[in-house]
Amino acid sequence: MSQPVLEARAVSKHFAAGRSTVRAVEDATLALLPGRIVALVGESGSGKTTLARLLARFYAPTSGEIRLHGEAVQGKPREYYRAVQLIFQDPFGSLNPLHRVRYNLERAVKLHHAVRSKADLDEKVVELIERVSLAESYLDKFPHELSGGQRQRVVIARALAVEPKVLLGDEPISMLDVSIRLEMLNLLERLRAEDGLALLYITHDIASARYLCDDIVVMYAGRMVEGGPKEDVIADPLHPYTQLLIDSSPDPERGDRNNLFDAEDLGEPPSLIDPPSGCRFHPRCPVAMDICRTQAPPRTELTDGRWTHCWLQEKK
Amino acid sequence: MLKSWKVRIGLSILTFFVLLAVFGPVVGGDPRANDIQAISQAPSFQHLFGTTQFGQDVLAQTIAGARGSMLVGILAAVIGTLIAILVGVPAGYFGGAVDNGLNFLTNLFLVMPVLPLILIVAGYVQGTGPFVIALIIGLFGWSGGARTLRAQALSLSSRDFVLAMRMVGEPHRRLIFCEVLPHLTGWISAMFLHGMIGGVMAEAGLAFLGITDSGSISWGTMIQAAQQQSAVLRGLWWWFVPPGLCIALIGTAATLVNFGVDEVSNPKLRMARRSVVVRTRKVAEA
Ligand SMILES: Nc1ncnc2c1ncn2[C@@H]1O[C@H](COP(=O)(O)OP(=O)(O)OP(=O)(O)O)[C@@H](O)[C@H]1O
Ligand code: SF4
Ligand SMILES: [Mg+2]
Repeated sequence: MSQPVLEARAVSKHFAAGRSTVRAVEDATLALLPGRIVALVGESGSGKTTLARLLARFYAPTSGEIRLHGEAVQGKPREYYRAVQLIFQDPFGSLNPLHRVRYNLERAVKLHHAVRSKADLDEKVVELIERVSLAESYLDKFPHELSGGQRQRVVIARALAVEPKVLLGDEPISMLDVSIRLEMLNLLERLRAEDGLALLYITHDIASARYLCDDIVVMYAGRMVEGGPKEDVIADPLHPYTQLLIDSSPDPERGDRNNLFDAEDLGEPPSLIDPPSGCRFHPRCPVAMDICRTQAPPRTELTDGRWTHCWLQEKK
Repeated sequence: MLKSWKVRIGLSILTFFVLLAVFGPVVGGDPRANDIQAISQAPSFQHLFGTTQFGQDVLAQTIAGARGSMLVGILAAVIGTLIAILVGVPAGYFGGAVDNGLNFLTNLFLVMPVLPLILIVAGYVQGTGPFVIALIIGLFGWSGGARTLRAQALSLSSRDFVLAMRMVGEPHRRLIFCEVLPHLTGWISAMFLHGMIGGVMAEAGLAFLGITDSGSISWGTMIQAAQQQSAVLRGLWWWFVPPGLCIALIGTAATLVNFGVDEVSNPKLRMARRSVVVRTRKVAEA
């Protein structure tokens, strides 16, 4: 297997909130490989965006390190952003309402390519917009004239101008119309295939992860609970939380039974200011043991690249 | 913004005075000409606004005074707004040590007793023509604006579109001037108007206190001259009412415009609207 492009090693992020601390991400480890899509799945507030922003270096990790091409990153992020780009959750917020689409793409092209003439610049810009399947006529529109999906395409085109190695997508489709979500996923899939991009696809819905990714990583309350190739994880989840998550997600193949479950089944996520001791899932875990209440489960490596943080697996 | 009647009236008044300041002196008579035949005369057909103690035409003086007052007002506003932008926006954008330094400076000017200082500086500087007066007013009047801009720039610079352009590799200079600053135009124009009005008022005050060169004509120096000749006691109301009224009108115009600008550029209102949109979308999806 090839070397990871981008890695998070045991990163944690704590936010100061008044006198207390929000432990948004704890001990997260993740590796992104060229040409592979990793899905990061977790419910709202589980720390997905925080992890994405750590990887995008908007925050410095409280502990742990981020590694790019095997080297710990430090200093100014300018060089870093030649390799790593983030697609934000909200396509309405990530384009300046005062600039036309063309401006966004031209700036990105000028900053990253030696353009010799206006014609050269135009050519590159048109190339970019066509790569995300938008017509040239969209170049002269303002963001408010575009739909959410079109904006998200422009955002992706702008990120592609940089020719990054890694694309981090923070719920890139969650704010889009259901009808165009599939198209967006196909676009991401195409980029992975054409450019060999390493992709992190963040989502709270396991169905889209199932559609797109190669590997799946599940987060719960700021901690990673399980990961591995998607077929294995979905077919045979090992962690009780993953089981709950998969059971409660609608699956057409399993028929109506799932309609009985809905998001409420997952219960309230725990407070991240004062998270449960030991395994953060223990208050809701049907098979919790004594040790779960006191000690956080370590990472257990299993066969086929699977791993989990659960005392059940560690004990075996 | 132009739909609001308040803004329209306010802007009309201001435009009127700006036009008066620019073209008035061409049309109006010589404000310094002394008509010995008409001294301290009440308004008449010959002198629509009456004449002063020295036989000068009050209408001509008011028109010339518009130029003097507006010049100081606009200059002071330009200087004050520029400093406010250069101090406030980088402070909010960069945060950290830059912010601490610039914020300290702002607070220093904010708590300084401005009027006594202006008096001292104005007294110290040789020759207090309109340019010097405007400079002094601008230099002492930017801190409130800088604080507002700092707060706005602070919240803007953590918005996704700024972060996204930073990731694309845009340098700070362009992020500040091309991404953040254009969103502050509402605030800046409001600030500029404020500065202008404040400048007109401050000039009048300084003139009244006798700090401005009495050689230059402004509404302030007119009132000051009237005061010196005890126009109030002698009932020469036409001498000081026109310039006073002009100043009051400018003040009213400012208030009217501010109402409108507030509605447009109050980010709380705008933000509220945006979050409502997002929330409804989420609900609709669920
Ligand atoms: N800048 C911050 N300061 C303080 N707390 C924060 C900050 N950013 C995030 N948090 C907290 O960290 C936790 C994780 O938030 P995060 O946005 O990473 O969740 P998420 O998994 O992306 O959720 P969603 O699916 O709703 O986007 C939340 O409890 C949130 O309140
Ligand atoms: S560690 Fe214990 S509480 Fe946590 S998921 Fe496993 S069995 Fe449940
Ligand atoms: Mg999020």
